[in-house]
Amino acid sequence: MNTIYILWLRQLKRYFRSKSRIIGSLAQPLLFLVALGFGFGPIYEKAGGGSYIQFIAPGIIAMSILFSSIFFGIEIIWDKQFGFLKETLVAPVSRFNIMIGRTMGGATAATIQGIIVLALSIAIGFRPENWVYIGVAIIFMFIIAVLFTALGTAIASKMEDMHGFQLIINFLIMPLFFLSGALFPLQGLPKTITIIAAINPLSYGVDALRGTLLNTAHFGIALDFVVLTSVTMIIFVIGSYLFSKIEI
Amino acid sequence: MKNIIEVKNLVKKFGDFEAVKNISFEVEEGKIFAFLGPNGAGKTTTIKMLTTLLHPTSGEISLNGFNPAKQQNEVRKSFGIVFQDPSLDDELTAFENMELHAYLYGLPKNVRHDRIIELMNFLELWDRKDDYVKHFSGGMKRRLEIARGLLHHPKIMFLDEPTLGLDPQTRNHIWSYIKDLNEKEKITVFFTTHYMEEADKIADKVAVIDNGKIITQGSPKELKKQTNAQTLEEAFLALTGKEIRSEAGGIKDQMRMVHKLWTKK
Repeated sequence: MNTIYILWLRQLKRYFRSKSRIIGSLAQPLLFLVALGFGFGPIYEKAGGGSYIQFIAPGIIAMSILFSSIFFGIEIIWDKQFGFLKETLVAPVSRFNIMIGRTMGGATAATIQGIIVLALSIAIGFRPENWVYIGVAIIFMFIIAVLFTALGTAIASKMEDMHGFQLIINFLIMPLFFLSGALFPLQGLPKTITIIAAINPLSYGVDALRGTLLNTAHFGIALDFVVLTSVTMIIFVIGSYLFSKIEI
Repeated sequence: MKNIIEVKNLVKKFGDFEAVKNISFEVEEGKIFAFLGPNGAGKTTTIKMLTTLLHPTSGEISLNGFNPAKQQNEVRKSFGIVFQDPSLDDELTAFENMELHAYLYGLPKNVRHDRIIELMNFLELWDRKDDYVKHFSGGMKRRLEIARGLLHHPKIMFLDEPTLGLDPQTRNHIWSYIKDLNEKEKITVFFTTHYMEEADKIADKVAVIDNGKIITQGSPKELKKQTNAQTLEEAFLALTGKEIRSEAGGIKDQMRMVHKLWTKK
């Protein structure tokens, strides 16, 4: 328990101390909100979709959580050689606890990031329908964050250097984001895209946020919850297995 | 005196490459043992096997009476280590790094603080306890790593090139701490270095490894006698040849380069 707590605390301290990283990672979601939200706003409204800012804000919140949590997981590559990871691997504690502590710490930081983006989007005009459900939305944010921190950890456990990082951004993170329904409604799409979106776990995360904040879920909050928690558990188990096999 | 480390017929293969080829050696309790060899000789790989980070392909290891492949936690409690590459958390303060270690090793709450104060004083770091490690010099980081490695009262201290890249003053200082420790707390010291005069001065016993094999072992005096050399460096060159070894070009070296660029102030 001590191990999990102290490693969780460490991740949070690191997050709050790197102010430049916090600001840097807020710039991108803000740009997306402003450029896409206001840029596509008029045409989206003309097409009968209502307010586009309302529509994409949950998608952008999910995006910022996706990016930062994958990053917190992937950090391990660097940590293996020059950081603190070795210190934890020779300590008399189980690798599973190390993995839990790190993942929970990274996921908590990514959730805080998501809450800040939510606040930013409210500042530029997003209006949640159900203020009372914001708490539930935050729980969903945390589940999304755990899922992708664990995924980042699983990938990083298998990678030796940063060269593959670009591949992961372009072939994993970007498709996860763009094909999740974060930016467009999932109704009436070509069949291929519908199928891809349906097997993309982030779709259920975006949908859950839309369901809780706006009352407009595509899959339904119950299904979102079931899919997200089961995928998170599977990835977590795979991640811990790969993490336990790290040799440095 | 009993042997605190015993290694018998140890082998480590990475695919087809045999990094450690059937080596055997012992380290007596309370002694200072130097493990010397050119780059890529297998020093770090051996240390990783002794410290539970790598599984041996075959062979036997006993460390403080425990087997690193099976009794991992007992082995881990028995040693402290300073790695070749930094392993501190730069974003935390010196004190927080110590505290984290204390938590990981399950030090009881009532002794945690006293022990941290004692060691940070011993390595002359107490007045910088609240500074971020990223503002520390190379020598201070090394000292902090040594202090941290000692927190849980280990029986053996592993030091993988602890003085690499430090100026002679700092190097001298670090060795005097280590010598002190060995005498006062009776800690067995296992170190590697490329500075032969350091090994000559402080090691009780030296083993020379090259291309994964132990060529010879004995006291620095015996090695010099055996090769008819004046200094340990001459003896070392006589034993391992003058050819330059290249390890560079690997992923780790590339990362080390980038790391240097990034952390330059």
